[in-house]
Formats: sequence, C-alpha cells, structure tokens
Amino acid sequence: MNMKWIDKNLHIIPINTHIDPYKPVENAIITHGHADHAKPGHKNVLATKETIEIMKIRYGENCAENFQELRLNQTLKIDEVSITFFPAGHILGSVQVLAELKGEKINFTGDYKTSKDKTCKRFEPVKCNTLVTEATFGLPVFQHPEEKLEINKLLTSLKLFPERPHIIGVYALGKAQRVLSLLRQQGYDKEIFIHGSLDKLCNYYQKNEIFLGKISKINLTNKKNFNGEIILAPPSAIKNVWARKFEDPIISQASGWMSIKQRAKQSLVELPLIISDHADWNELTDYIKYTEAENVYVTHGREDAIVHWCKQNKIQGLALSLSGRDDENEL
Amino acid sequence: MKKFSGLINKLLLTPSRNRKIDILSDYFQNTPDPDRGFALAVLTGNLELRNISISKIKEIVCNKIDPELFALSYEYVGDLAETISLIWPYKKKGMIDNITEMTNKLKNLKKNNLDETIENLLSVANDTERWAIIKLISGGLRIGVSSRLTKSALAQFSNKNLDDIEKIWHGVNPPYTNLFKWLCDKGPIPEIDVNNTFNPMMLANPINQKDFENLNPERFVAEWKWDGIRVQVIINKDKVKIFSRTGDDITKSFPEIKIDQKNMIVLDGELLVGKNYIPMTFNSLQQRLNRKSVSSKHLKEFPAFIKLYDILFLDSVDLRNHTWIDRRLKLENWHAKNRDNIFDISKIIKFKDWHNLEEIKTNDIIDNQHEGLMIKCIESPYLSGRPKGHWFKWKKEPKTVDAILMYAIRGHGKRSSYYSDFTFGLWDKNQVTPIGKAYFGFTDEELKKLDKFVRNNTIKKFGPVREVEKTFVIEIAFDSINESKRHKSGVALRFPRIKRLREDKPVNEVLQLSEFKTEFL
Repeated sequence: MNMKWIDKNLHIIPINTHIDPYKPVENAIITHGHADHAKPGHKNVLATKETIEIMKIRYGENCAENFQELRLNQTLKIDEVSITFFPAGHILGSVQVLAELKGEKINFTGDYKTSKDKTCKRFEPVKCNTLVTEATFGLPVFQHPEEKLEINKLLTSLKLFPERPHIIGVYALGKAQRVLSLLRQQGYDKEIFIHGSLDKLCNYYQKNEIFLGKISKINLTNKKNFNGEIILAPPSAIKNVWARKFEDPIISQASGWMSIKQRAKQSLVELPLIISDHADWNELTDYIKYTEAENVYVTHGREDAIVHWCKQNKIQGLALSLSGRDDENEL
Repeated sequence: MKKFSGLINKLLLTPSRNRKIDILSDYFQNTPDPDRGFALAVLTGNLELRNISISKIKEIVCNKIDPELFALSYEYVGDLAETISLIWPYKKKGMIDNITEMTNKLKNLKKNNLDETIENLLSVANDTERWAIIKLISGGLRIGVSSRLTKSALAQFSNKNLDDIEKIWHGVNPPYTNLFKWLCDKGPIPEIDVNNTFNPMMLANPINQKDFENLNPERFVAEWKWDGIRVQVIINKDKVKIFSRTGDDITKSFPEIKIDQKNMIVLDGELLVGKNYIPMTFNSLQQRLNRKSVSSKHLKEFPAFIKLYDILFLDSVDLRNHTWIDRRLKLENWHAKNRDNIFDISKIIKFKDWHNLEEIKTNDIIDNQHEGLMIKCIESPYLSGRPKGHWFKWKKEPKTVDAILMYAIRGHGKRSSYYSDFTFGLWDKNQVTPIGKAYFGFTDEELKKLDKFVRNNTIKKFGPVREVEKTFVIEIAFDSINESKRHKSGVALRFPRIKRLREDKPVNEVLQLSEFKTEFL
C-alpha cells in the first residue's frame, strides 16, 4: 500500500482506529450491522444510530464498552483525521466512511448498492483519492435485473401454484425487510408469515417507519394451512426440520447469487429471485470511475476481476482479501 | 425459444424426478410438431449442428469481451452457456425465433455471415433464452434430465410402454413426426430399419451382500466381466455395424471385424484387443479408440476381437423375449459354425454356491483382463436398460493408496462453487509428484471439508488452479494401474476416486512413488 496512514487491515494508523475489524480492538468504526462487519467486543464503537441499535439488538446492550453516534454527512475530527459518514444504500443505517488527512481522502465503501431501496437511505457518491471497495459481485456476469420483475416472478408463481406454500430464504437483517417492502410496493397486501428469528429486526425497521405491512410470526404449534402463502425464513431454517411443517413447499431464495442458475440448483431453490443489496458489476465499475480515485483497494469478493479492470483503466488496483468476510454468502 | 427456454429452466430447477416428468409430459402434450420434436432431439442429445460449435461461440464472445474477465467469470460460474448468457452485454429489440426456426437457422448458417447472425441472436434473446440457445449449440444440456427420463415422459403423456419406445428409439430421427403420430394414436408404430438400427442394451446392477440371500445359485450363471468396451454387432450379408453401449457407431475404428452372413444377426459382446483371444490391457485398447483412420501398424499390434455374451437376433428373428439359456444355446451353436479370429465366446464359469464363486473371484489368475464377474439369471429375457433382478455385476475389490492433496479446481454444474476436482500425489524423494486426479467418491460432508481446506490452505494460484499446502492425506481407490509415458510419475490410475479423508494420517507416512510402483505395477 502506498498510503502511509492506513494499512491492509483497514487500520487508520494516526488515530489507531479500525474499520469493521474482524477481532475486538480499541477503536472501531462500523459501516453497518451485518455480522461479518459488526463484531461484538470492541472498546469504542463509532457508527450511525441505527447501526448501534442493530448491534445492541443482535449482541446485547453491552457488546461494546462505549458507543458514539455520528450522523450522516457530519464530520467528526479525531486529532488531525476527519471522519464523515455517507449513506451506502446497503441496509438500514449503512454508511461509507470517508477519512481525510491533510487533504488526502480515503473512502471505505463498506457494502453498498447505488440503486433505490425504500428500507434505507439512498447511496450518495463521494469523490476521493483512494477508494477501498467491496466486490461481492465483481464479475461482469453479475448484472442485477430490476427487483420489480423478480417480485412479479414470485407473484406469478403464487397464482400458478395456489396449493403450495412459498418459502423464501432471506437474511434476517436487510434482505427480509427489503423483500417485505418490495412485495408491498407491488401491491401484495395479504398477511406475510415470518420465521421467529426475523421478528426483532422487522419490528426495529417498523419502528423506524419503514412500511412492511401485516406480518405474523409463525407459531410452530398452530396448525394453520399455509397453502398459497408467503413465508420468509433464514436460509438455514429452510434446510433443517423447521421447513418440514409445510407440505410440498416451493423453495425460493432472494439473493444476488440467484442469477446463476446452477447455484440456485445446488441450493435446491426452485424459484430463484435475483434481489441483491450489493452493487453489481456495472455499479462497481461506474462508481470507481466516478470517484476519480487513483488507487483502488478491494476488500473482499471477486477481487481479481476488479483489479484487472482497474489496470485496464489505468487505475492502481490491489486486492486485500480480508479474512473473516463472508465470501460466498451475501449478507 | 421462449417456451423451450422456459421448459429447460424449469427442469433445471425442479428437484423432483416425478415433477420433471410431469413438466415434460405437459410440454409434449401442449406443443405442436415439429417444435416438440426438435425439443426432444435437444433433450436426448440428438440434435446435430455441424456449422457451428461451442468454441466458435466462445470466440465470438471473446471478441466482444475482455478475455481475462471472461475467463475469470467462467471459472466462477462453472457453466459455459450460463457464463455467456450472463456476460453478453448487448440488447436489441426483435422477435425471438421458436425452436424450429432457431434450429433451422443454426443448421443453415453460412460462413460469411455467421458471426453477425449469432451476435444478433444473442442480443435479441433475454438471459434465459440466450442460455437455451447456447445449450442448443453445445449439445450437452446438463440440466439433470437424462434421455431415459425424457422417454419416460413420452411414455407418460402417450400412455405407451416405455420398452416399446426404447425398442424403436434408435431408428427414428428428429423431428420425430412419425413417432409423435404413433404416440398420439394418429398413426402406426414407426417402422425402423433393423439392419442399421442399434437396439438398446441390457445392463447389470451392482450386487449387494443382501442380494445373495435371495438368489438361488442354481438359477444363475457367471462369466467374467471382460475389461474392454461393450458392443453390439449387427451383421447383414457382408455388412457389419458396430455400436458402443450408448449407440454410437464405431464401425470405422475396427475394419478387421468382418464376416459374411446370409441373414441378419445381432450380437452382444465385449470388444477387446489381443492375439489368440488373450486380451491386452485396457490401455492398449485405448490406442484403437476415437481414431479417424486406422494404421496398419495399429491393426497388427493391437488386433481387435470380440468375446460374445449374447444374441439378440438370429436369421432376422428377434430372440429378445427368449430366455437367456435358450439364447445362449443358439449363440454357442452359431459360434461353432463361425469360428475365426474375430469372435470368441465368453466362457461360463462353473460354481457350486455363492461362497465358491467368491473364491473363484478372488483367486483367479487372469486378474488384469477383467473387472470382476457378471451373474445372470438363466430365465432372463433380453430387456433394455437396467432391469432389476436379472443381471448383476460383482466387481473386484478396488486397490487403494494414501496420497497427498496437491491441487484443486472448482467443479462444474451443480458443484460449481466447490473445489471438487483434486490432484493428488506421492513422495518422490523430498518432493510430491502427482499421480492422478479424482473428482468423485466423497460424500457431501467430505466435499465441504475438502473445499474448506483448499480455501484456507492455498499457497499459489495458477489461473483457476489452486496449489495447496502438502498436509492433507486422502485415500484413493482405483481399479487398475498402468505404466504411462505421458505422465511425469510414469503411472496412470484407472477410475481413481476419493475413498475417504485421512485427516489422521501424517504426510510423512505416505508412500514413495518407487514403493508404490513396486507394490502395484
């Protein structure tokens, strides 16, 4: 790395602060609440109000010694380093972190997407000298379709198979609420059923005035007939005995990986829905161009292709291959 | 292509076999000729497009897209058709052809506008249609639908007998209009040219220890399972046709198989190479396979002959409904009159009981020429496919060796996100030298462990290949071993697979290559 003041572990050296550290540290800035970015056990945490609250819901009130909130677009000066948060459009509370020292700007994207999403603040682009980016979908095969079309696939399937329950695999934080919100936007106003593990975070989103409509926790003892209903559950629940209570269900999954049919088949997904909370290839490369960064560091994902693309576009690119990022599961 | 691409997409994503059959049956019911016929051809791998190949498509795509990005994408996705369909960046308004129009267009491609036509087709199609077009061109669909399953769907939608469909299958051609007429009760069963048409073969099931309890040894005979290639020979006057087990015509590779017969006869046997009916190794037979022309040197060094197992037709009479014992007598009779250097008869092995047969299996001295035993019921008719309870194969115990995991690549198809193709090796002094590759044999759990090991212990990457720390021992099972000049190790393993993981075994206990050769060669 040719920047003197940060290192490969996303450590801002002059202020001894790490971005999304994998292990407990003294000072951490957390971009968003997903488990591979937000870990418990740090001493001081700087994050948005929402990210802090999500961390507390998931890990408990005392998952860090001190929490400090920073609002979007406001700058906090720590010694000679200025820190500013910009919305990342990934999930509720997610931000990009811009660090500035003596006029040199480094932007850490965290996870992001530039497209619109009613469950969080829309992404804001930022210019910088060095961009530290994710690349979960950093291959040109990933060109996410419009979410509306994917939701319509689900609604069509419900009409075609009114006798089969439709179970959709979604991660508890972000994806679950996004799918609920998208369904409501497409006019689906029936009650939607959710696995118990999604309950707390759905409530939290609703408290933040994000409209999810009528949702009900599934009660295992209750012998309700779920034919033709939509059920949201984490992918792990679909694979275990929990799913056996549904008769002949259609297994669906909402994820950016679902654009690869063979991958959907592997996970025994009959109805793949390509709904991603990460930037696709075009968003990633467009954003790199927009920032006018001279250096691009790729934290995790398909780094080889992005680094190759940077080289062709005369931008210095480097893969960091951070450990601990969930490589194959989109969070 | 809209309907067809929807069909194969649904088939790919539907896990249940019965539901797949329903989907196909429904498609055949509700699709007009000749569309359903072309679809049937694609599904069973019988659509031949000579003017366009998958490598040509790859070339067209790589002219439009950075080859490095394409290679990285292909490595990740693991399916060529899918990679191209997802990466293709152009979109154009237009009508997409139906499968008949598409097939005709692809069949009649001219060199001068080939690139342009293909680019146009790819741009007009959506992702799934593009995927289907490329599958059409590449032939192998890899959607988890076998020929057999497709034919089961034909039987279901038409209420016909699957075995009747199998019997005429190799005599009908795309777009199968006559076949569908018969299936829809609008015409007679298609007449087939028996002199040139492959008949589906009868195959054996592996035998289990439990099976022996229920099988009366007096009703069964045994013979060696010769280690060559299973063939069907159709002889009519001086014309000879040789088909492989899957119905491929391999007559041209074996010009020495000549005989004159007054009437049509169909034989089933094992094609081998060797002199005086003594089979050489499978390796020698391989010298004769897949060659466009046969050199006189090869003919002399590796002459072919056939060990006869069975007879399907004699003097144009179909014997398939006769019992095995009856067919065997006719075969012996025929062979007695037609003794020459070409046809030998597979010997029947005498045994008292199953225990005695096991002794024979373990103690035999012609070990390198066969793969074990075949056990056949003397009352069996000759049935197509793998009918239960008639023929059994009893394979030799495989040989095993503990080896060190060296390299891995991602698998294809349903394993595309796992490192599932492995190269393993043995010590050659202080270095590890590869002795083979294996990509099956492990359980899903073991695959996850291997995949995780590869991801966490990569020391170098060469394109898609990952070299790993030489610390993981795996037990390899294999059927036989041959000397090989093409491999650095000097040996080639036949049918290697991963038997189990030996996480308990330290690498320094793995054999030296020289020790391995002494033990097995």
